[in-house]
Amino acid sequence: MIEQVSVFLENKTGRLAEMTRVLGDAQVNMRALMVADTAEFGVVRLICDGPRRAVNVLEDAGFGASITEVIAVAVPDRPGGLADVLEALGSEGLNVEYAYCFVEPTGEAAVDIFRVDDPARARTVLSAAGIGVVEPDSLYSAD
Amino acid sequence: MFQPDFEAMPRTDLEALQLERLGTTLERVYERVPTYRAKFDEAGSHPASVRSLADLANVPFTVKDDLRSAYPYGMFAAPMRDIVRVHSSSGTTGQVTVVGYTKGDIERWGDLMARTLASAGATADDIVQISYGYGLFTGGLGVHYGSERLGAATVPISGGNTKRQIQVMKDFGVTVLAATPSYALLLAETALEMGIDPRDLPLRAGVFGAEPWSENMRTQLEEALGILAIDIYGLSEVLGPGVASECECKDGLHVNEDHFIIEIIDPATLLPVPDGEMGEVVFTTITKEGIPVIRYRTRDISRIIPGTCPCGRTFRRMQRVSGRTDDMLIIRGVNVFPSQIEQVLTGIPGVAPHYQVVLTKRGSLDHVEVHVEVGPDFAFDEIKTLEHLRRRVSAEIASALAISIEVKLVEPKSIQRSEGKAKRVLDLRSEGSE
Repeated sequence: MIEQVSVFLENKTGRLAEMTRVLGDAQVNMRALMVADTAEFGVVRLICDGPRRAVNVLEDAGFGASITEVIAVAVPDRPGGLADVLEALGSEGLNVEYAYCFVEPTGEAAVDIFRVDDPARARTVLSAAGIGVVEPDSLYSAD
Repeated sequence: MFQPDFEAMPRTDLEALQLERLGTTLERVYERVPTYRAKFDEAGSHPASVRSLADLANVPFTVKDDLRSAYPYGMFAAPMRDIVRVHSSSGTTGQVTVVGYTKGDIERWGDLMARTLASAGATADDIVQISYGYGLFTGGLGVHYGSERLGAATVPISGGNTKRQIQVMKDFGVTVLAATPSYALLLAETALEMGIDPRDLPLRAGVFGAEPWSENMRTQLEEALGILAIDIYGLSEVLGPGVASECECKDGLHVNEDHFIIEIIDPATLLPVPDGEMGEVVFTTITKEGIPVIRYRTRDISRIIPGTCPCGRTFRRMQRVSGRTDDMLIIRGVNVFPSQIEQVLTGIPGVAPHYQVVLTKRGSLDHVEVHVEVGPDFAFDEIKTLEHLRRRVSAEIASALAISIEVKLVEPKSIQRSEGKAKRVLDLRSEGSE
């Protein structure tokens, strides 16, 4: 399962910069980042090398951070590719809380990150539908 | 019990002792303190007219301003050659007040604090770490003399330097901690950050006071530190710590009634209220020589808990102080005690019991924003769970205070921790509207 780092941030000028600097200083390399925000606060989600160490580094620096399990899917780079994935999940009653996408350096496929209620079952459902689930090793170095 | 002859004295004997000591004290202040003589004379009253404890209700009150205008020694009832110690209030709410102690006062204070520590189960076998500030503040030295009187090994570390406090607690094998409750919570957090679980230490009891705290905070301190946590009460104008203390039953604080007479009054009518009703706490000292106070209005809000306590002490119990008439905020005409907010927060998983109230004006209306820390163990991932948390906190505070408020979730540990009395209210209402 992909271990995503989630960070709680107040909407304060420079707070996101401080967070990324903390990770940079600790030599944590980020692979993907997504910011969800409300008027008062935001949640930053990121895929990075050594996610557990990243959480510790952030907590030591005074940030609220935790690990969330998500799944990553290689979505075929063609029209309807994402719809196929979502339909496979939807037909099994799996609810997607949020999703975001980034393109791997190879450029062959987009990688989509999904947060679903039941990541283990989602994985089984997607494999059965012939959709490629991306293993952690190919995205980041786990710890 | 440290002094069972007094602490478990039959009520009739106790009341006879109180009346005798009250008479001596009233005569002493009438003879020696011009302020008291003037108060009696203006009221057309005299110490000799107080023939029963009930007659005390006719004696004029003393307020903080009396002590302020007598700065520094004007209310002392002993010559300076008999005074062996002075302490003073912090002066955060105005001109500082100074209190003086005779040798006898210091002796009695030691006894009373020894009673307090003993009611937390402490004995001569214990090692007591005193993390109250030493100095002009009565907390540090007050507990110190009690701890030595008890015969405990006393560690006079004072406040501050939190990591060193943890190290000392661990290395010295400390068994009893004396601190403000907010500082005790900071000690618990800091220990965990240092990789030390306080529950693994020999620490087994804590005496916490000098600021209002809640029943939920007790649970939290007891769990985090693995101890019995009791509430202690005192104020420098009356003595310092040692005026009242909870026993192991943790159901109200026994007032040391052989040294202090407690009354609860309605702060509006100034008339005594029956036992059980909330009001302002008023104390009369009946053994102090340096600076006795007569019907001193503490501005603390509490009540007498009716009935007797299973511990065997006959002293009546006051409920933990639920706020101060000074701290009381009047928001859109409603009386609000900040301690009510803490009470709510400690009951909600996912938030820390640290908060700050920010009061501003929006047009002519008071606007209340409560900043609340998300707990360090909260799963931060989903906006909807955070929003749900924010709405829950907001609804529960609004329901407890009977006013609508806005809650802002802030990052863990971002609210400043206090190393003394917690500063939790930022009142910007006089600084114009937003």
